[in-house]
Amino acid sequence: MTSEPLPATPASSGGPLVSLKNVNKHFGDLHVLRDINLEVARGEVLVVIGPSGSGKSTLCRAINRLETIDDGEIAIDGKVLPAEGKALAKLRADVGMVFQSFNLFAHKSILENVTLGPVKVKGMKAGEAKELAMSLLKRVGVDNQAQKLPAQLSGGQQQRVAIARALAMKPKVMLFDEPTSALDPEMINEVLDAMVSLAKDGMTMIVVTHEMGFARRAADRVIFMADGQIVEQATPEEFFTNPQSERARDFLGKILSH
Amino acid sequence: MENYLSLFETYDVPAAFWVNIQLSFWAALWALALGTVLALFRISPIPSLQWFGAAYVNIFRNTPLTIILAFGFLGLFSVMQISLASELNVSLFRIAIVGLALYHAAFVCEAIRSGVNTVPLGQAEAARAIGLSFLPAARLIILPQAFRGAIAPLGNVLIALIKNSTVAAAGSVAAEASGLMKTMIEFRSDLVFPIFLTFALGFVILVIPVGLLTTWASRKLAVAR
Repeated sequence: MTSEPLPATPASSGGPLVSLKNVNKHFGDLHVLRDINLEVARGEVLVVIGPSGSGKSTLCRAINRLETIDDGEIAIDGKVLPAEGKALAKLRADVGMVFQSFNLFAHKSILENVTLGPVKVKGMKAGEAKELAMSLLKRVGVDNQAQKLPAQLSGGQQQRVAIARALAMKPKVMLFDEPTSALDPEMINEVLDAMVSLAKDGMTMIVVTHEMGFARRAADRVIFMADGQIVEQATPEEFFTNPQSERARDFLGKILSH
Repeated sequence: MENYLSLFETYDVPAAFWVNIQLSFWAALWALALGTVLALFRISPIPSLQWFGAAYVNIFRNTPLTIILAFGFLGLFSVMQISLASELNVSLFRIAIVGLALYHAAFVCEAIRSGVNTVPLGQAEAARAIGLSFLPAARLIILPQAFRGAIAPLGNVLIALIKNSTVAAAGSVAAEASGLMKTMIEFRSDLVFPIFLTFALGFVILVIPVGLLTTWASRKLAVAR
């Protein structure tokens, strides 16, 4: 586990890469994020764990403002998330996101899925973007599928393309919102392997997952959420072997007992 | 039979249909353009644009086409002297196109919106997540998929438009098919039913290929998910 920042990510501020201060969000009467305070350091791999409905996905989606927040402050690399418009789009380009349901652009080829962001958002030349895309697709092992449409690929392959698509933007931080939950069991490892390799290269990552194996292999820190609150945080080893809170013990008991 | 065939020597039926085809073609183009803009308004994050789109659709979708075309001819052209060309016939023809386009744009908008509903929310989220703002995301990701999902309903709008082009008679475009039919029935009352059937069949022949083509295209171009 290395914690060196990627050389491609110049440190523009010495502070934490991602910081959340007193973040609150409601869905109607439901208080889904309760006064969340969290800092993620450059190069850190953070795993977010918790029962469904605990707010962990909402937390992940709030970090690039796919979910709005009611109050509090979220900053990426020292810059507070703007509410709307061009500035928000620009900031989002720095935050890679991988979704549970892959969300590859269904009408575009695998290659186009990866080149679209660099060309249309960053103004990269088509040839250069293609080269970058092919190297990223090769890295995640799907370069031989470049001309196909997403629907022609397996779930595991699609998710690896989604990782390549996010990496093509050279993001400062990568968010993973339950990246393996929609996959058939035999495809989970190919995606986790790609994520572990990314973590070892020093990418800052926030990963919402139930994959204990991944947390043990790659995470620097685990946070456990329940009812919209961060209940506990620790190193993976500490958390899985010696959880402090009743809620965490209960949760781990349920998912580890079989 | 000879009687019936003599109709075609006296009256230029294909020319009348040609007027309807031209009306439909131009009105369809303008309606598609305007309807797309309206659909963008309705799905945009800006409340005032959403409101405008919804107001437009509700007004034009719920107003009879005859009223719109009669207003164009009597109100805009005759009373207010708004002319779209120096020649009278061309001006009336263009006013009819504008009326048809304004009316059908409301239906095009709703057809495209139904197409947008076939695009999963995740597509828009993924587009935003790589840093595309609303317009590029709509142009590159949402609309291309929405149009493919909207081909069948758009085809239905086009079919309605072709048939509705006969209402241009209410806007004094006399040369179009229903206007000619009226004249023919007036002067050849011995052949009322053959005349009616001729025009009915003419429209069936015009419209059936549109239906077949859009059904074929909506299957062929469907986005695989």
